[in-house]
Amino acid sequence: MTAYTATVTVRLKRGVLDPEAETTQQALERLGFELSDLRSADRFEVDLDAADADEAADRADEMAERLLANPTIHDYDVAVAER
Amino acid sequence: MTVAVVQFGGSNCDRDAVRALDHLGVDAERVWHADGLPADTEGIVLPGGFSYGDYLRAGAMAARDPILNEVRDAAEAGVPVIGVCNGAQIGSESGLTPGAFTTNASARFQCEPVHLRVERADTPWTAAYDEGDVIEIPIAHGEGRFEIGEDARADLVGDDRVLFRYCDARGNVTDAANPNGSTDNVAGVLGERETVAVLMPHPERATLPDLGRSTDGAGILEAFA
Repeated sequence: MTAYTATVTVRLKRGVLDPEAETTQQALERLGFELSDLRSADRFEVDLDAADADEAADRADEMAERLLANPTIHDYDVAVAER
Repeated sequence: MTVAVVQFGGSNCDRDAVRALDHLGVDAERVWHADGLPADTEGIVLPGGFSYGDYLRAGAMAARDPILNEVRDAAEAGVPVIGVCNGAQIGSESGLTPGAFTTNASARFQCEPVHLRVERADTPWTAAYDEGDVIEIPIAHGEGRFEIGEDARADLVGDDRVLFRYCDARGNVTDAANPNGSTDNVAGVLGERETVAVLMPHPERATLPDLGRSTDGAGILEAFA
């Protein structure tokens, strides 16, 4: 078994309104920053032991499917690195 | 009929639901989630408020609570199930009903009376109304914006599973009457069975005559009577 960190990034699907990101963007603009868009995402770092990177990725993928993301509104991706 | 009002960690509208059902003469009791559903459960309320800090997403934790497996089995057996507010979020997160409820377009928590148009009157939840009736019930949520993918939306409309839409006092479904940016002004939907429904507004807060100006929500809870 090898120790991995699976990083799961969950973000709203393109086209789904993100009021928190809009509010954050407005706050940045009030501070004088110039930006054309802002998107937010949730990142989960999952430490786990697995036989190989594929297995670690599969397990993290299932975590995203079953809890970390809501497939109605979210896309997600998984990146695995040895820890 | 004994109605189980499921109490999750942090639920806070469970007592209100029991009180409103008592008022309607319905035998209802709070059921702690870890105790499971009583054997004589003939109706289920997933109450409003919050649950588990609404961590991750509103309703996400409660939706994975083991009692939801029992709720799902009961729903499939025809037991009437209604999710109100946080209960609606739990219902959609658990797959009992289609779509998702997410952050209001205003990005604010909103607590205000709204008008709803009854889109289906041939369900247990709306037998007290006629199709097109306008009822007034309060909302109290930060994550009530109904979202649904394009295909699922087509199914929702095609299967006529929208139960309530936000509207103005005369029943017009307009953007101005949409408090939270919900897709198609959807405020409540049916599950695969008409005996399963969720809605963001709080019928239990519009049932007791001494609470406020509307008792329009009583008709929804009368499904259990």
